[in-house]
Amino acid sequence: MRASGKRTLLLAAFAFAAAPAAAQTSQFEQYQKMVGEDSPAELFVLVGADLWRKKQGPKNASLERCDLGKGPGVVKGAYAALPRYFADANQVMDAESRILYCMETLQGRSRKEALKRPFGNADKPSEMEYLDAFVASQSDGFKMTPGMSHPQEKRAYELGKALFFARTGLYDFSCASCHGEPGKRIRMSDLPVLSEPGPARAAMSTWPAYRVSNSQMKTMQWRVNNCYRQMRTPQPVWGSEVVNSMIMYLTVNAKGAVYAGPGTKR
Amino acid sequence: MAGPMKARARMQGNYADVRVLMSHPMETGQRKGRDGKPIPKHFIQNLAVKLNGKTVIEGECSQAVSRNPVFSFRIGGAKPGDKIEISWLDNKGETNKTETAVA
Amino acid sequence: MKTKLMLAAGLAALVLAPMVGAEPSYEEVQMIIHRDFKAKGQAKMDRLDQDVVQQVCTRAHDKPPADVAKAIEADQLAAIPVPSGSLMGDWKKGAKTAWSGKGMQWNEDPKKGAGGGCYNCHEISAQRTSFGTIGPSLKAFGKKRGHGADAQRYVYTKIYNAKAYNLCSNMPRFGTTGTLTEQQIKDLVAYLLDPNSPNNK
Repeated sequence: MRASGKRTLLLAAFAFAAAPAAAQTSQFEQYQKMVGEDSPAELFVLVGADLWRKKQGPKNASLERCDLGKGPGVVKGAYAALPRYFADANQVMDAESRILYCMETLQGRSRKEALKRPFGNADKPSEMEYLDAFVASQSDGFKMTPGMSHPQEKRAYELGKALFFARTGLYDFSCASCHGEPGKRIRMSDLPVLSEPGPARAAMSTWPAYRVSNSQMKTMQWRVNNCYRQMRTPQPVWGSEVVNSMIMYLTVNAKGAVYAGPGTKR
Repeated sequence: MAGPMKARARMQGNYADVRVLMSHPMETGQRKGRDGKPIPKHFIQNLAVKLNGKTVIEGECSQAVSRNPVFSFRIGGAKPGDKIEISWLDNKGETNKTETAVA
Repeated sequence: MKTKLMLAAGLAALVLAPMVGAEPSYEEVQMIIHRDFKAKGQAKMDRLDQDVVQQVCTRAHDKPPADVAKAIEADQLAAIPVPSGSLMGDWKKGAKTAWSGKGMQWNEDPKKGAGGGCYNCHEISAQRTSFGTIGPSLKAFGKKRGHGADAQRYVYTKIYNAKAYNLCSNMPRFGTTGTLTEQQIKDLVAYLLDPNSPNNK
């Protein structure tokens, strides 16, 4: 870097490269401190905001009139109040399921088309990843208040809880096998006890998240899906009762946390 | 087409702390694609920062920087309201820029 | 090995009593799991069929009555085909199998085989500084336990089926599930016990 003029300057490029695993936690913490609120997650929010307003689908409509639970067109604070029961769909929905519902109802898109590629990669993130990041960003600073009063909301919580402790898959794991005891790690990654409010708040208030190690925005639907992959089960269906109830259980455990996403993770 | 950029500039004592986020694949040329062929180099080569239209920083950048980089600059002598423009040029000749005012 | 569930019973319960209480029954949960997962790659739907171990541990929240646990553990142990002769393989190959966490996932090629992923949960060689802590440290295991026939047999059967010793252990059954071959498990026995293994240096 070369500076012209007499002004003083300092330049830092915050790169996150592959490093020995033992060094990863501290290196990541350093990165997180340096970037502060200026995480690449912001870039996904910007693209997501454009996609939210983009007219598309057979009805050539945007998602701006989407009712995320706070009324048509209200995005502020909506993410932090999900999952919840929606009477129009007669089911409990998380943010991504509700965004999909709006793609179907407002834009007239088929579920199949809209869900063709829910999980993207670094080269080509998915539409849902951008949209989820945008919707989540509009709840920054809001208290997390998932739905807990409707019978279906209570049931989703209870089903999620039962799933959390159910042994399944080729390796006999339940979620609690890894997330059941405090102070444990898998390789060098800390494992939060997601059945407890403290660790659940820290985790759930920062999803979706930009993962610096692979430059991707990851959502809660992906998070649950990927845990099951590692548990060696078949694939849970996107937006199914299993996945949405798991997200409900984890979010209720985190209730009261101040939402601070989209986050930045290792 | 280049993805978004976002910049923010805030006074910190007697200098402006400028942060800029940019969407860029920052391909090193050393990765292989699914087909086994190397993915061509594609990275930001030049960065320029202008303060009220006058270039104050010109820099070269290498492929050793991660995808979607975050850069930070401190510009001495800046004042609130000053206009800051940041632009980049990559090895394929693509370019993008963004503007912000010092808060 | 796997005992199929009485899924029909679960279905009937759901039809007869939809949405009564907030808490779904065991049968209902299993029915919903079978409905909401789809086979992908090598991960087929039979992986969701709970055998007696998964069933008992799920129902008892991993704390089954001691007599029940003992009886099933004995069955699990009796079902392990222990090869005759030495169970000590090649510790160098064992080192690789212990380190690799690959295999058996829906996005992986089954022809490429699997590792044990031992370091995901256990500290083993002092030279490996990246290890998990879900399981106990196995550092210098052979120094503590020796490498005689009994120690070999214990390690072999423990890796083959950890549930033979602790019914609701968090450790997968690497032999029972076909994740690791007989030879791979023997190599892991050597990695843990062989006096020449870096683990015992």
